[in-house]
Amino acid sequence: MIKTFCKTQVEVNVSEDGYLEDMSQWNKEIAHEIADEIGIELTDKHFEVINYLREKAAAKEALTIRKVGKSGIVTIKELYQLFPKGPLKFSSKIAGIPKPTSCI
Amino acid sequence: METQEANTKKEIVEKKPLEKVCIICAKGSLEDVYATLVMANGAVMEGIETNVFFTFFGLDGITKKQMNHLHTATIGNPAMRMPGGLPFPTMLGGLPGVETAVSGMMRKQMEELDMPPVEEFLEMITAGGGTIYACKLAIDMFKLEKKDLSDEVEDIITIGQFYELCDGDRTQIIFT
Repeated sequence: MIKTFCKTQVEVNVSEDGYLEDMSQWNKEIAHEIADEIGIELTDKHFEVINYLREKAAAKEALTIRKVGKSGIVTIKELYQLFPKGPLKFSSKIAGIPKPTSCI
Repeated sequence: METQEANTKKEIVEKKPLEKVCIICAKGSLEDVYATLVMANGAVMEGIETNVFFTFFGLDGITKKQMNHLHTATIGNPAMRMPGGLPFPTMLGGLPGVETAVSGMMRKQMEELDMPPVEEFLEMITAGGGTIYACKLAIDMFKLEKKDLSDEVEDIITIGQFYELCDGDRTQIIFT
């Protein structure tokens, strides 16, 4: 599926649920646009988490909220505050990485 | 007529996502407690309102003294196998220390998959807004008190109070 982001006018490949298929097509504007759709306003703290997720995804490491909680960037509670109702799902979507497959 | 049909079809297609889960844990083996914790944490991560009710032997999962030392049964568990897949002899399962060793191995394997110890798992659930309750009847039966329970336990309540928390037409009660 190809999705055009209105503000940036870039075309990217996304999965049916709207996750970027190629993380290298991601940029900050796209992140803001996905976040808008979800209803999250991105701050620097959000980007710290997003950058961490992208690093781990690039290294092909499986992600869990527990791992993010131990990263030293945010606690699990803070992660929920940044990305309410979808700490791993929404953060991954905004970070332009594949949909998380972890149960934890 | 056609419009009516179209409307009925639309109703069928419309998704009605789960809004609340109420999970009851009544058994205290490692796998029963973890089944509850994984489902509860999974629900919280999906943004589903989550209430967990621990009762009877399930109370071990939230009792400070027991929660990080749960065992899996090595006797009467037909799915138990030796490493490599060979059957696990029942006689062996009864030897002193075997259950402890097997349970330790299980916990190690779980840790490798980033499954946290029970105490930390409970913290993860409450960090995401999930709520944990203990059953009053079982607490009285086992002569326990609030101070014996994990700090993550919100309250000791009756089953009636728990059902009151299960309102809403997109709510599911799960018994593990």
